[in-house]
Amino acid sequence: MKSQLLSLAIWVPILGALPVFWLGSERRTLVRWLSLAVAIAGFLVTIPLYTGFDTSTAGMQFFEQVPWITRFNVQYMLGVDGISMPFILLNSLITVLVVLAGWEVIEEKQAQYMGAFLVMSGLMNGIFCALDGVLFYVFFEASLIPMYIIIGAWGGPNRVYAAIKFFLYTLLGSLLMLVALIWLFLESGGSFNILDWHHLRIGMAPQILIFIAFLVSFAVKVPMWPVHTWLPDAHVEAPTGGSVVLAAIALKLGAYGFVRFSLPIVPDASHHLAPLMIALSLIAVIYIGFVALVQTDMKKLIAYSSISHMGFVTLGFFIFNQIGIEGALVQMISHGFVSAAMFLCVGVMYDRMHSRMIADYGGVVNTMPKFAALFIFFAMANSGLPATSGFVGEFMVILGAIKFNFWVGFAAATTLILGAAYTLWMIKRVVFGAVANDHVAKLKDIGGREFLVLGLLAVCVLAMGLYPFPFTEVMHASVDNLLKHVAMSKL
Amino acid sequence: MLNNFVMPDLYPAAPEIFLLLMSFLVLFVDLVFGATHRWIAAMLTVITLLGCAALTLVTSDGQTTLTFSNMFVDDLLSDFLKLMSYLAVIMMLVYSRQYLGDRGLDRGEFYVLVLYATLGMMVMISAASLLTMYLGLELMSLSLYGLVAIDRESRRATEAAMKYFVLGALASGLLLYGMSMIYGATGSLEIGGVAQALYQGHSEKPVLVFGLVFLVAGIAFKLGLVPFHMWIPDVYHGAPTAVTMFIGSAPKLAAFAMALRLLVYGLFGLAMDWQKMLLIMAVLSIGLGNLAAIAQTNIKRMLAYSAISHMGYMVLGLMAGVIGGQIDPFTAVNAYSSALYYTVAYVLMSLGAFGMVLLLSRAGYEAENLEDFKGLNQRSPWFAAMMLIIMFSMAGIPFFIGFFAKFAVLLAAIKAGYTAVAVVAVMFSLVGAFYYLRVVKLMYFDAPVDSAPIAAGLDLRVMLSLNGLAIAAFGLFPDAVMLVCTTTLMRSL
Repeated sequence: MKSQLLSLAIWVPILGALPVFWLGSERRTLVRWLSLAVAIAGFLVTIPLYTGFDTSTAGMQFFEQVPWITRFNVQYMLGVDGISMPFILLNSLITVLVVLAGWEVIEEKQAQYMGAFLVMSGLMNGIFCALDGVLFYVFFEASLIPMYIIIGAWGGPNRVYAAIKFFLYTLLGSLLMLVALIWLFLESGGSFNILDWHHLRIGMAPQILIFIAFLVSFAVKVPMWPVHTWLPDAHVEAPTGGSVVLAAIALKLGAYGFVRFSLPIVPDASHHLAPLMIALSLIAVIYIGFVALVQTDMKKLIAYSSISHMGFVTLGFFIFNQIGIEGALVQMISHGFVSAAMFLCVGVMYDRMHSRMIADYGGVVNTMPKFAALFIFFAMANSGLPATSGFVGEFMVILGAIKFNFWVGFAAATTLILGAAYTLWMIKRVVFGAVANDHVAKLKDIGGREFLVLGLLAVCVLAMGLYPFPFTEVMHASVDNLLKHVAMSKL
Repeated sequence: MLNNFVMPDLYPAAPEIFLLLMSFLVLFVDLVFGATHRWIAAMLTVITLLGCAALTLVTSDGQTTLTFSNMFVDDLLSDFLKLMSYLAVIMMLVYSRQYLGDRGLDRGEFYVLVLYATLGMMVMISAASLLTMYLGLELMSLSLYGLVAIDRESRRATEAAMKYFVLGALASGLLLYGMSMIYGATGSLEIGGVAQALYQGHSEKPVLVFGLVFLVAGIAFKLGLVPFHMWIPDVYHGAPTAVTMFIGSAPKLAAFAMALRLLVYGLFGLAMDWQKMLLIMAVLSIGLGNLAAIAQTNIKRMLAYSAISHMGYMVLGLMAGVIGGQIDPFTAVNAYSSALYYTVAYVLMSLGAFGMVLLLSRAGYEAENLEDFKGLNQRSPWFAAMMLIIMFSMAGIPFFIGFFAKFAVLLAAIKAGYTAVAVVAVMFSLVGAFYYLRVVKLMYFDAPVDSAPIAAGLDLRVMLSLNGLAIAAFGLFPDAVMLVCTTTLMRSL
């Protein structure tokens, strides 16, 4: 079947961004509506990916292939399986929400702001559907450019430092990956096809080196402890939309990389180094959980909570069982909704008070009841309350971990306590209690646009929590296939 | 004696001869109209270069033709490099028209010197003998020394010219000395003859290697590789920006040709020896260039150090042609064409970067500090975007041509087994990313200090836009240029 859906998912937002840039910042109304139209169009073209998805096969679907750089046999090769497809939908949906969230609050250079997010959206779709190593790398790195500009141009007071740190940290990782990709190209006799690499036989020593090269690249992106320090800076300084995209999508790229590259290409090294990965993941879950507990800045708290949640994802991957990996994937999507919602909530308050400090708030529920209800709901999801999406993924990963080793499962399960502690404690201090000061007393509740954005996310979180089957259904075949690859030694 | 004289076949050298004749015309026209109509000389120069391009295309038959008693070669490589050189020079002339005019530098001498420098490059590119190479090199260098000092009033420019001249003369001396050694060992001045002598293996290896060292030093000087890079920052900084742009573009192509003709065409038999020398210089250049660029506040100096590091990357490709003493044509073509591709990509980016400096300069004001880029996004979003493309391309971030150039070179290096070197190279390009990012930061994150409207003329604006878009377009569709580079080398080696 010939299909250009994936190309559309990539290029509709990117090409749509060009007229947005061109309009310039004077024609604000037009810019906003055009951006929204492009974002929605970008989302609509991804819907057939879900409805037309064949859940019975692990093969790549909506496959496209065009020679791109013939000299190095680089192909413009796109395709999705059950692992990557949900992220394209998630990404395109989040882009719509980000455009809505930046509707009024971005006053400077709005055209560039919107355009940067649209470009970013297309590039990230490209990462998820690239099946060629170079194509993947090209999207992976190119997506740094719009993010760099977004953080640096519209961020908080320390934005320049955060933007450069973000860029250089992530570049550090990806450059090593580039060397590994070229090595694989030469080793496989001249192919950049990721699927070919899945069948490539590699000795143990090179496997370990390749694993490490990928690890540095993806660990920075996830981010895993101890290379996570760029994330709190970037999150805190980025504008709300930037934080949302970072948390909801960009962090998933690293985890996705593990599933697409590390596990199937170097399975023996993955097994060999799994104890290390599990240890790093548990440190992220527990230690970063404690770090989150002591934060005084709401955005920083959520940033650390993201790292902790992503620790769950990497844990799920490296215990090598079906429920663990599926749980990790569900956790990734769920975290995409929940963290996006949490950052949007903080953004709503920040737009009104221009402060992210927990100490500046108190008793918000009295002045913003509608908002408080939603905020509490997302907080519950963030701490993994049953019936929300946050619960499903964590529960599956904990089950998988206990299967693997009781104490690993036990340690992972502490997140349910820690997560609840830092999130709910923040809620208690920000939302409940008496009205803390005059500024809080003057707060206005959320308007229709903000309600729409948050409400939409709430529906997603609830739906996924109550009935996760549509999400796990698409993954089964692909995860089975992945496990088969991981179980097969390539020595 | 006269009876032995055979009229050489002039046909392959038609572009050179045409350029030489036209340069007399430019001199003459400048003498007559120079005081009143300065644009005529500029126009004529561009026409000359276009004529050369036409002649090069017409005389190009894809065959390798030797003439002037095997001292001059016309092959696909020379045609391609010459065409690129004309393009670079024409772009430079368009970029700098207004700059030169504002400063009263658009005298006839400028255009004539540019033409002679171009002629020198063409001779270098087509050199089939050590002497021809030297002649071309000297013609180019002497014209460039003059160009650096073209602004007589400027002490900095005069000083830069002096430095350039003294160091350049030293490098020429080294090169000539090396050539004499090679001649002594092989008994031939023809590059083909040298290769043949090496192949037969009768020559004295110590003498050859001794000569090779000097030869490599001379080449490294022209490419600006560490430790022969001292002149680059001072000359780039001191020369008028238009001249800096010239030095930073087309001569790199000629220097590449020189390296290829001497080392690959001539001394391929010693590849294992010169590859090691190039390797050390490449790593040092990449390291020092990138580290030193961080400390610069002057964008011309920053670009100078960036040029050093870029040439280091290019040489990575050049030194990956022979693997473990095994000569494999496919590997060789792959490696040398990646270096060629890198050079072409670099020239395009370098022209754009200096074009930005010219864009922000105006009469009586040199926009050569990094500060001048502050807030460019507010003054002109379009040109800020162009500079963004150029900077990210230089940093090696996709989707721009600079990434694919680095990619090709790294691939060649890893294929030759230098994986560790490749890792070092990419780590330094991380360092390099910092100072390119800083320029983007100044443009997008800072408020402007200079709010004067951009005064550049339409020609510069159009050229800069085309240049920036070309960097992006060749990044999105890198295949064509890569294939041209590969085919060129495949048919010329």
